[in-house]
Amino acid sequence: MPAVQETIDQVRSIDVDQYKYGFETEVEMEKAPKGLSEDVIRFISAKKGEPEWMLQWRLDAYKRWLTMKEPNWARVSYDKIDYNDIYYYAAPKKNPAPKSLDEVDPEILKTYEKLGIPLREQEILAGVEPSSRVAVDAVFDSVSVATTFKEELKKAGVIFMPISEAIREYPDLVRQYLGSVVPVTDNFFATLNSAVFTDGSFVYIPPGVRCPMELSTYFRINEKNTGQFERTLIIADKGSYVSYLEGCTAPKRDENQLHAAVVELIALDDAEIKYSTVQNWYPGDAQGRGGIYNFVTKRGDCRGKNSVITWTQVETGSAITWKYPSCILRGDNSRGEFYSIAVSNGMQQVDSGTKMIHLGKNTTSRIISKGIAAGKSENTYRGLVSAHRKATGARNFTNCDSLLIGNQCGAHTVPYIESKNATAVFEHEATTSKISEDQMFYCQQRGLSEEEATALIVNGFVKDVLQQLPMEFAVEAQKLISISLEGSVG
Amino acid sequence: MLEIKNLVVQIEDKRILNGLNLTVNKGEVAAIMGPNGSGKSTLSYVIAGKEDYEVLDGEILLDGQNLLEMEPDQRAAAGVFLAFQYPLEIPGVGTMTFLKAALNAQRKARGQDELTTPDFIKQVNAAAAKLEMPKDMLKRALNVGFSGGEKKRMEILQMALLQPSFCILDETDSGLDIDALRIVSEGVNSLRSPDRAFLVITHYQRLLNHIVPDTVHVMHGGRIVRTGGKELALELEANGYADYRESEAA
Repeated sequence: MPAVQETIDQVRSIDVDQYKYGFETEVEMEKAPKGLSEDVIRFISAKKGEPEWMLQWRLDAYKRWLTMKEPNWARVSYDKIDYNDIYYYAAPKKNPAPKSLDEVDPEILKTYEKLGIPLREQEILAGVEPSSRVAVDAVFDSVSVATTFKEELKKAGVIFMPISEAIREYPDLVRQYLGSVVPVTDNFFATLNSAVFTDGSFVYIPPGVRCPMELSTYFRINEKNTGQFERTLIIADKGSYVSYLEGCTAPKRDENQLHAAVVELIALDDAEIKYSTVQNWYPGDAQGRGGIYNFVTKRGDCRGKNSVITWTQVETGSAITWKYPSCILRGDNSRGEFYSIAVSNGMQQVDSGTKMIHLGKNTTSRIISKGIAAGKSENTYRGLVSAHRKATGARNFTNCDSLLIGNQCGAHTVPYIESKNATAVFEHEATTSKISEDQMFYCQQRGLSEEEATALIVNGFVKDVLQQLPMEFAVEAQKLISISLEGSVG
Repeated sequence: MLEIKNLVVQIEDKRILNGLNLTVNKGEVAAIMGPNGSGKSTLSYVIAGKEDYEVLDGEILLDGQNLLEMEPDQRAAAGVFLAFQYPLEIPGVGTMTFLKAALNAQRKARGQDELTTPDFIKQVNAAAAKLEMPKDMLKRALNVGFSGGEKKRMEILQMALLQPSFCILDETDSGLDIDALRIVSEGVNSLRSPDRAFLVITHYQRLLNHIVPDTVHVMHGGRIVRTGGKELALELEANGYADYRESEAA
């Protein structure tokens, strides 16, 4: 199996304590002063050239945020965050609005190259890699530096651009949908994001259009002490389809960095959105120093009948993950799906899962969660499945498996099930298993090394979810999982 | 081929092997018989390199290489194969995936090229046909939901595929019905060659009617207490292990 072999080679080729993406790019940055205040928000808004309503929206969120308390119900622990010790705005200086890759700072392009992002638009367009037709909107800290495939998408009527641009160019669309799935007041981190978000992606697929390519965004936190607050808004109009992939890496840092994104998806009648995430942010070192705090609110609204939203996530990075990509199944016959692989190693803490909220009739949802805990990590699945009074015929199937590697880690499953409709049928299956020493010995006796055996067993464990990822990312995700578990055996 | 000298092994402070000596030559099929608890399975695990066993003294040489200094996967690459008494289930891992990964890992360790997929499939199918194995078995996760007999056949299939130079069969006959015993034995016999040695561990003479040994060793109290030809197995079948138990009591 070459993919496994490749994984092994990859694992071998990296140093134990050396996070592969731990490099910094030296680009001049422009920052707002440290800390959060109305002035900083005005500064961000002015930098973005936003209309007055947007500024007002932010300021309202800020006022609200001041009255809110940080949530503490998740099974994670961390030192108190000083929200006044963070830069809320950082942008590469020499970057007004590049028209092509030639205008992008070569340092930034080099960074992407190291990350292996297929940003070489010319090559792809020339047909070098015809199999991976991916449009990339790369977010480098707070500003999108390059947007590819714009022209081709435009022909299809698809809008795919930095949200800061969309606010200026399509204010009515943005205003209609922004905050309609994750309200400004939703939760502490979402409200903070509403006040200070700097960039992110905006996607609109017109009625009946099948987006001609996978859309992809890479996020990267680069500047020291900058929180990254992206905001993503995806709207699939009636009968349309879009598949979107988000990949995240961040360079190695000693200070913890806050990442509080908000993603909103809206699927109208008969529309389908697939949203896939591969997240490998810096998880901190073996002692638990450093690493990203990933406190993210992601929610999809199946607003129209027969609409479908699928979340697929491969989470291997971050020191702390607090993340519950959810579906509101509002339209009759709508469907929500959540496929998740959450890998934790070292001192990582993961509290992740989903919410499936059945409001419409004959709505269905499916949850497949695979948690893998190694090292001294704690890995919690937390999920809510609920049926509203009117959700006649609601159906859910949940399968939640945990795999333990070693005996110093923990796996926890916290399912909440609420049904207010007697016709709802909810199924929940959960297993916890451990790679046994006997299994390891058996594999080794056949010639596999410990690492190879672990990779093989883990890949077998997660393959149901990997199959949900777009092809070109499935292999990458598989590699990532093996790299994350490196050093977890023995 | 295999040379074991004065092997002393304990597990959790319990002495299992007490100065065991054993030599198996190239091309030889050696049977080890003995009552329960005589240390037969421990011997097979220690040769293959299972953790938990503490080797206090002695050495195990395979073609002059010191096995005790090698990891289990290195021993496998050096030619050691253990057909398990209770083969492990590996959920989620397809049988073909596992076989290919194992075969290529060993080839790589020996500096050989990986097998191409068509060649690999051809080899597996040929081996499976010989063992009268239903094709759908190869499509399932390794050993998951297999019957006892199917698991044993899968062990022999792996043996045929990996072509080891030193094969240990740990009570391969247990849990096999007569037909399965015949098929498995034929599979083993077809692998007999002047370059390959076998160590066949069993309680019963039955298996040795099918896999006829060159030598028979009787193991008791953690050492080899008697060595003879194939007729020794018949004698044990007739008299049982009572003689050896008495000598222990005395």
